[in-house]
Amino acid sequence: MNLPRTFQTAALAILIISILLLALGGYLTPISRAAFSPFISVQTWLSSRYLAIRDFMTAPRDVARLTQLNEQLNAEVSRLQAQIIELQQENSELEVLSALLDFARTHAENEYITAAVIGRDISPFLHYVIINRGSDDSLRRGMPVVSSQGLVGRVAAVTADGARVQLITDPDTAINVRIQPSGAEGLLQGSITGNITIEAIPQDAKIQNGDLVLTSGLGGNYPPDMLIGQISGIRQSPVELFQTASVEPVVDFSQLEIVLVIVNFRPVNIAPLIPVPGSP
Amino acid sequence: MAILLAIPILGFMVILQSAVFSQIQLLYGTTDLILIIVVAWAVQERVTTAWHWGILAGLLASLATAVPAFAIIPTYVLITGIAIYMRRIFWQRPLLAMITATVLGTLASQIITVVVLVIDGTSIPVIEAFYLITIPSVLLNLLLAVPIYALMGDLANWLYPETIEM
Repeated sequence: MNLPRTFQTAALAILIISILLLALGGYLTPISRAAFSPFISVQTWLSSRYLAIRDFMTAPRDVARLTQLNEQLNAEVSRLQAQIIELQQENSELEVLSALLDFARTHAENEYITAAVIGRDISPFLHYVIINRGSDDSLRRGMPVVSSQGLVGRVAAVTADGARVQLITDPDTAINVRIQPSGAEGLLQGSITGNITIEAIPQDAKIQNGDLVLTSGLGGNYPPDMLIGQISGIRQSPVELFQTASVEPVVDFSQLEIVLVIVNFRPVNIAPLIPVPGSP
Repeated sequence: MAILLAIPILGFMVILQSAVFSQIQLLYGTTDLILIIVVAWAVQERVTTAWHWGILAGLLASLATAVPAFAIIPTYVLITGIAIYMRRIFWQRPLLAMITATVLGTLASQIITVVVLVIDGTSIPVIEAFYLITIPSVLLNLLLAVPIYALMGDLANWLYPETIEM
């Protein structure tokens, strides 16, 4: 017997609403779990296989891209490292210039020109450096050269835009010095090894290690009171006329980069004043 | 062409020697790039401009040292002569000529320098100079002798190509 259509529709609606209410109430969860679980398992298995195949197919492209990215990053690292080195060099140069400026301000009675050390004497027997200032910058032969630590040497030869500076460690160097605090005087000489010693120190002079060695100004070749170094060793023998002392220079000549040339000092030529034996 | 090339090559070597190699020391000895270049050029078989290179080397080196020019120029001319003489003696063994000429040239150069400085009034302890400067300088020059000989050999082959008679 056919049920009226209205009753069928109503019954269907009630069934759907009931299912919905049961679902919302959570009563259908076990049923849905049991029903969907196989589908989930199959889909998981299928998805993992697909991902594996996709990674296998796209790996070369990723490796190439990663290799290129790695090279770009390495190039950037190299560029930044070079930049760091350049900045460190500029920083150390600034430190040297700052120290030189402090020195110039402390010794304001002199006029200075800064010069960069651009080379050294090619002979291993001589201790000269070449600087990038010359007669065009008012340099003249005989001008003293200093650094922020102390005396470096003096200008020995000049061209238009370069000069050769004889260091105080040169074997041909001879500088009249005074030892503080005793006031004893001597003659500072260089050597082929770069060691400097003070000769002709009177035997009765009371000197000790650590005493400061300054220019005395005698002879007129260097301004007085320029710091040279400290006494590092004394050789004294009662059978000799004079004492000898080794000097540790305050300037590190192997690291000379920038120096100051004192341009308002003119060495005095005392040769005409030295009496010649036999002359009236 | 070979003489023209000598000016930039030797000039660059003087700059390199003054700016770099003079600060690389073994004890207190240094290498002498200009000497090695002159010797390496002079021992090459077909080279005819060795004397020119020697004189130019002396002229350029005198600009970078306080050693008097009247000592430096004859020194490098003498070194050139030593190298040519070694080439004639060891004509079948050019590398041996190079090494011998380097040793003798270094000794001659340093002896002349010491003699000139002593005459000039500079105090040079000879024995100390020999052990601390001369021997290390000879060793350093020998280190560079072979590679520079190879380079100058290539230059000589380019400037003086070997002619083959058919």
